[in-house]
Amino acid sequence: MANFYTDNPDLKFHLTHPLMKKIVALKERNFADKDKFDYAPLDFEDAMDSYDKVLEIVGDICANIISPNAESVDAEGPVLTDNHVEYARGTQENLDALVKAGLMGITLPRQYEGLNFPIVPYTMAADIVSRADAGFVNIWGLQDCAETIHEFASDEQKDKYLPRISNGQTAAMDLTEPDAGSDLQAVQLKATYNEKEDQWYLNGVKRFITNGDGDISLVLARSEPGTSDGRGLSMFIYDKSSKAVKVRRIEHKLGIIGSPTCELVFKNAPVELVGERKLGLIKYVMALMNGARLGIAAQSIGIAEAAYREAREYAKERQQFGSAIIKFPAVYEMLSKMKARLDANRSLLYETSRFVDIYKAYTHNSKEGTLEKEERDEMKYYQKLADIYTPLVKGLASEMCNQVAYDSLQIHGGSGFMKDYPIERIYRDARITSIYEGTTQLQVVAAIRGVTTGGYLKQIRNYEVTEIKPELHTYRRILIGMTEEYEQAVNKVVQINDSEYTDFHARRMVEMAGNIIMGYLLVLDTDRDSKHWKSLEVFLKHARTENKSLSEFIQYSTVNDLGRFKHE
Amino acid sequence: MKEFKIIVLAKQVPDTRNVGKDAMKADGTVNRAALPAIFNPEDLNALEQALRIKDKDSSATVTLLSMGPGRAAEVIREGLYRGADSGYLLTDRAFAGADTLATSYALSCAIRKIKKFDLIIAGRQAIDGDTAQVGPQVAQKLGLPQITYVEEIVEVAKNKVIVKRRLERGVEMVECPLPAVITVNSSAPECRPRNAKLIMKYKHAATLTERQDSSEDYITIYNDRPFLNIEEWSVTDIETVVDQLGLSGSPTKVKKIENIVFQAKEAKIVTADDTGINDLMKELIENHTLG
Repeated sequence: MANFYTDNPDLKFHLTHPLMKKIVALKERNFADKDKFDYAPLDFEDAMDSYDKVLEIVGDICANIISPNAESVDAEGPVLTDNHVEYARGTQENLDALVKAGLMGITLPRQYEGLNFPIVPYTMAADIVSRADAGFVNIWGLQDCAETIHEFASDEQKDKYLPRISNGQTAAMDLTEPDAGSDLQAVQLKATYNEKEDQWYLNGVKRFITNGDGDISLVLARSEPGTSDGRGLSMFIYDKSSKAVKVRRIEHKLGIIGSPTCELVFKNAPVELVGERKLGLIKYVMALMNGARLGIAAQSIGIAEAAYREAREYAKERQQFGSAIIKFPAVYEMLSKMKARLDANRSLLYETSRFVDIYKAYTHNSKEGTLEKEERDEMKYYQKLADIYTPLVKGLASEMCNQVAYDSLQIHGGSGFMKDYPIERIYRDARITSIYEGTTQLQVVAAIRGVTTGGYLKQIRNYEVTEIKPELHTYRRILIGMTEEYEQAVNKVVQINDSEYTDFHARRMVEMAGNIIMGYLLVLDTDRDSKHWKSLEVFLKHARTENKSLSEFIQYSTVNDLGRFKHE
Repeated sequence: MKEFKIIVLAKQVPDTRNVGKDAMKADGTVNRAALPAIFNPEDLNALEQALRIKDKDSSATVTLLSMGPGRAAEVIREGLYRGADSGYLLTDRAFAGADTLATSYALSCAIRKIKKFDLIIAGRQAIDGDTAQVGPQVAQKLGLPQITYVEEIVEVAKNKVIVKRRLERGVEMVECPLPAVITVNSSAPECRPRNAKLIMKYKHAATLTERQDSSEDYITIYNDRPFLNIEEWSVTDIETVVDQLGLSGSPTKVKKIENIVFQAKEAKIVTADDTGINDLMKELIENHTLG
């Protein structure tokens, strides 16, 4: 029977990374849960086996329910009935299957009826679901909100809301408004506190809210009257059962049509404050967004996987000039690049997930007891890495996904432009990944810190000194050369010390760093399993050329040049 | 409320839906090694009906019963992953080579040993034999009423069950006293997926034989977690007349197996008048399709 997990050995390869030993140890802490919960693992091998088996369920449902439903979901879309969202038939069927399979609340602790899985297998599930239906992953993946409740809400709130998410209620994060998109500091939704009732109420409008009619919503609102920036915003939980929010409109979109994007009207909606006032944007939303960004990176990888497979299948079957088109250099060259970039970005995705896992596990453990100094240092170390890797992978993977979808459609030729093949839907679905949860341009703003503070370089040096098989040394030499080139370019920009000039070249420098990091990750992957050799070779050929071009651009650009680029 | 006990009969079958070139051996028998072993699809429909009763009535329990080689324990585990409570595996060389008569005899003996049950549910037929005989024969041997071709168990009330049967020309609602045997069609809802927590809970579930073969790592958990025990019954565990079992209890003899290649032939249009029909009748009588 078809299975989207077992038919893709790369997934198990990334799942069984050596660092998982540390992650599982942190997450399961002496496997103490085994005496309290009959589904808790007994030891490391047992935990890994559980991830594997659960991902097999995900792969089964994706291949046999979600993927076959994708076409009809795209055609039907959700509808607005009595100010509420009704999912397309297939969407509801997908959701029911995942809920029955117990695949909600995957990362939540068992005390909240979750599976207590690390981020790595959760991200992998998102990768698989996205391959089946990129629009659907949004609804399912909003269980990320639970992580934010788990991290910042009170014990009482956790007891109240988290088991509901584990048992299948859906969530939403209500952040953006008509005048507050990329710039969330401009949020206006009004939160007022009624002292007599000891109750917060929300009034106003939210726009572009994914799954806006979800059961449990995290809402960003202005709790401090008279303020106008991010420090006046707090975060609240809205429970749909209080029936005080109306869906005014479902947007008509280019892609991810099955995922309802809503305009919401809050009318005296009773809500609960999460954590402390004023920390809504500056602390909680930032954490929420980091989780969501990793989710979009996973979505991008899943879409690219689907697009690559469609292209390969089509190229094998399509006969022109008396031969399958896959035999033509023009076609196989495209396929090889798609696959190499997909593999490189997937490796970056799981590397980032591991960093997030370690630092998150330490964060949670620190709340239940003090950490040793060594552990605290390690937590900070991995947090820093997670902070610079998350925008990097979100930015790069979403752009890669768009390129792979574009090339896949191109390989389909005229047929790809018709509605007859899945690629036209995949192509439309891909487009949003580089826009929402922060555009690529905003990911660069976050990632540039990793360039200017030397964060990426430090990690590149770590990869450089990792022991590898002698036959891989040539690739390392190439990467050392690319690193020197990168350093020169960065040094030039840093020395000029002009913020506009730095912003102007930011994306180029981030892309260079990304190429080197992904190059090293593929070297390490190949060291662990030689089947990645092909992708390593192809990726490095392209990456090396790309970096050369990027560094040349920087070398021959001055501050005075900027004028020529400006537009009125 | 008194516990409502359901027994689901399940068979492990070769997946004949994905037949490759090497599916048959040269001697015309099924090459089981080349086909993945799966939970018989209609038995999964049967399991779903049982689980739906359990969804509504928390006192209900679902027990799987399967007959087959040791590896058929996988069918029991698959059932546990979906929500069944326990399972029995009938396994012994003495059961081998059984046709439907010997199979239903062995199953009915095992059910007599299980003793307490309110409802037995099975799939209509297995995809390897397609006989649809085992369910009805089990009912016959236990002296129970039987309802075949069931699509939905509509209601379970005190001592009776109301079901919807899917027949060639429509549906039929039937009421039947309990205990009874029900066989379920593939038009019934598909079985729910395996559940993440249940797969983690039951993945170590094993028969005694399997535990002897497995590594020592988890041996101690079987004492702490009795639910991980898949009961294994051999011929000595149940009361039987031995010559009614296995090959000796099987009157069915396979005479010959032939490969049939389906060929689509061109359609023939017959004019709807007396001459047209007359000519067609003549032709059908001449080529022995009729008469």
